[in-house]
Amino acid sequence: MSDGNDTRSGAEIAEHVELQWAIAIGVIVAVLLAIITFTTIHWSTMPPSRVEVIDPATLHRSGEFVESNLGTGVDQRNRVIVHLLAEQYSFNPRCLVVPDGVPVTIRATSADVVHGFQIFGTNVNTMLIPGYVSTFVMTLNGVGERGMPCHEFCGVGHAAM
Amino acid sequence: MLNARRLILAHFWVAFAGFVLALFLGEWQMIVRSPLHSWADHPELYYRSVTAHGSEMAYVFPTLVAMGFGYAICVTALQRPLVGLKTAWFAFWLVVVGTVLAVVTVASGHASVLYTFYPPLVGHAGYYVGIVLVVVGSWIWVALLTVNLRAWRRDNPGAKVPLAMFANVAGAYLWAWTAVGAALEILLQILPVAFHLRTTIDAGLARVLFSWTLHAIVYFWLVPTYIAYYAIVPRAIGGRLYSDNMARLSFALFLVFAMPIGIHHLFTDPMVGSGLKVMHTFFTAMVTVPTFLTIFTICASVEIASRLRGGRGAFGWVKALPWGNPAMLALVFSFVMLGLGGAGGLINMSYQLNSTIHNTQWVTGHFHLIFGGAIVIMYFVIAYDLWPQLTGRALGSLQLVRLQLWLWFIGMLTVTLPWHLAGLFSMPRRMAYFDYSSAALAPDAWTVTVSVIGGALLVASGVLFVYILAAAHFGARIKEEPYRFSVALHEHEPVPAALNGFAVWFSLMIALTLVNYGFPIWQLMQLKTTTAVPAVYVGGGE
Repeated sequence: MSDGNDTRSGAEIAEHVELQWAIAIGVIVAVLLAIITFTTIHWSTMPPSRVEVIDPATLHRSGEFVESNLGTGVDQRNRVIVHLLAEQYSFNPRCLVVPDGVPVTIRATSADVVHGFQIFGTNVNTMLIPGYVSTFVMTLNGVGERGMPCHEFCGVGHAAM
Repeated sequence: MLNARRLILAHFWVAFAGFVLALFLGEWQMIVRSPLHSWADHPELYYRSVTAHGSEMAYVFPTLVAMGFGYAICVTALQRPLVGLKTAWFAFWLVVVGTVLAVVTVASGHASVLYTFYPPLVGHAGYYVGIVLVVVGSWIWVALLTVNLRAWRRDNPGAKVPLAMFANVAGAYLWAWTAVGAALEILLQILPVAFHLRTTIDAGLARVLFSWTLHAIVYFWLVPTYIAYYAIVPRAIGGRLYSDNMARLSFALFLVFAMPIGIHHLFTDPMVGSGLKVMHTFFTAMVTVPTFLTIFTICASVEIASRLRGGRGAFGWVKALPWGNPAMLALVFSFVMLGLGGAGGLINMSYQLNSTIHNTQWVTGHFHLIFGGAIVIMYFVIAYDLWPQLTGRALGSLQLVRLQLWLWFIGMLTVTLPWHLAGLFSMPRRMAYFDYSSAALAPDAWTVTVSVIGGALLVASGVLFVYILAAAHFGARIKEEPYRFSVALHEHEPVPAALNGFAVWFSLMIALTLVNYGFPIWQLMQLKTTTAVPAVYVGGGE
């Protein structure tokens, strides 16, 4: 801090030290934000976001979430696409089968209340809000079985989902 | 009996100790073989408890602490009787009535919706009305603080607002504005459905409105703790506050940046776009600044106390601190938990890392550590510090106080550190039970067991805390002394006008809200297709 020969007043020393600390904080925050910006722009890594709406009361009658279309399939451009429906208290289909090491597009929504979706041991993690469709792309590496629980409170049976 | 006394006592003590242990075993056997056993771990009761625990710990407990402490600061910092005492009592009873209404509704199973509400799940209106009453009571408190400050300013034109009062009012304004989000959600969306005036509700819009409240509410909880850091601890440990103006700047920055950043709670939600999520990430980074400033200022203030006691050396001064002083202990415990919890918070706010831990047990571990740990331990200090003033009697043994604080610290770390780990192992949130025999969960089961042990320490600490405060009502009477806050190192440093009032910061906060929340709310309200979905009534089809 200060030694006996310093001719600045205590208040001036304090201000100087505080300014140094403020600069240090600025640098820490700037580095954090730079990392986030880089991964967002350069690697296009970010949580899924597209505001797309759907009517949960009629989605079972027509459109992409009819029962016969749920689960894993291939679209016209030969991309693997999964349609998933969440409801109290299970996912439909309850078990998802997807190819290893291939990008899989998941389109999911909820038929009733707010649900969550995650796959154990990966960062596949999204919310399923009734009225909105969640879309994201994932690539799973390595053959095996993984849990895919609902991670948001959806009612009394949530723990079974 | 003289020569056989110890022999006989030894027999009796071992007999009675074993007797008590066997009694506990017997009662446990009774419970486990009875019909009560399956009732005790029924998921419906679990979610009732989670709703009640969350509502009390998030809405009632910190609000009452802030209100009580706020009135105390009003009287002691401004050194005048409280204006509007009757109104304050009315506000208090509103909070109590609201709490009772909400708790009774939840306890009877009619509103197991969790304290985050989560429409389209909708419970009985009694729960939401109860919460509204609590919030209205707190808004009256905000108005009373404004009235009292204005009266003081009238009698002391141009004077420096005491730091504790400045921070107090900043926290109150932050709360008043941030509560608006949840209030809009409850009044405009949930209550009409709870009263069966409507049957559909837009879950996405509700979540956006709730996120308006959800982040800044934790800063409302934090303000009393930070006031304790700045205005109580330096005095309590015999030191000086390093800088009064830096303290004011921290609270002013909280007032501006704490609220319009809530969308970082919605990173994985589909009803908000990437642009807004990135924007909120950047603003969330801004709200780390006042905490960084606080860590510096408080560490510097503590160093002053140590050097005044003869502390020497670059690091050796730590030894000279008054470690027997509960305020010193609590500060260090709080800072350790703030550091760990704050680091976790940096991970949560990181746009990409959030996906790894969203809605896992990491999140629950995080907020118990930072709120239940860092923040609440200072609520204890506030109570201990004010109690002699409030009761006119001395606190009992300081040893008990130190034990209580140690138990809380060790207990909280024991509960939350394994909890964070469970979250990294992907354990999902809000589970009433787990199937520990499943291969995915079996390796993580130990984390939950360790948390149970920590929880027992917390219960012991909480009971001890209440005991100490209750016992103090019967303690030795003390001579009445004026209550003092900490004194700044450079006492007569002039305060800039911006740090003596709230107009600038409040306007910035409102403007930032419009920018950060205006668009997502407007976008959801004008979508061509309706996004209102049927409500799902909870608790017996009320």
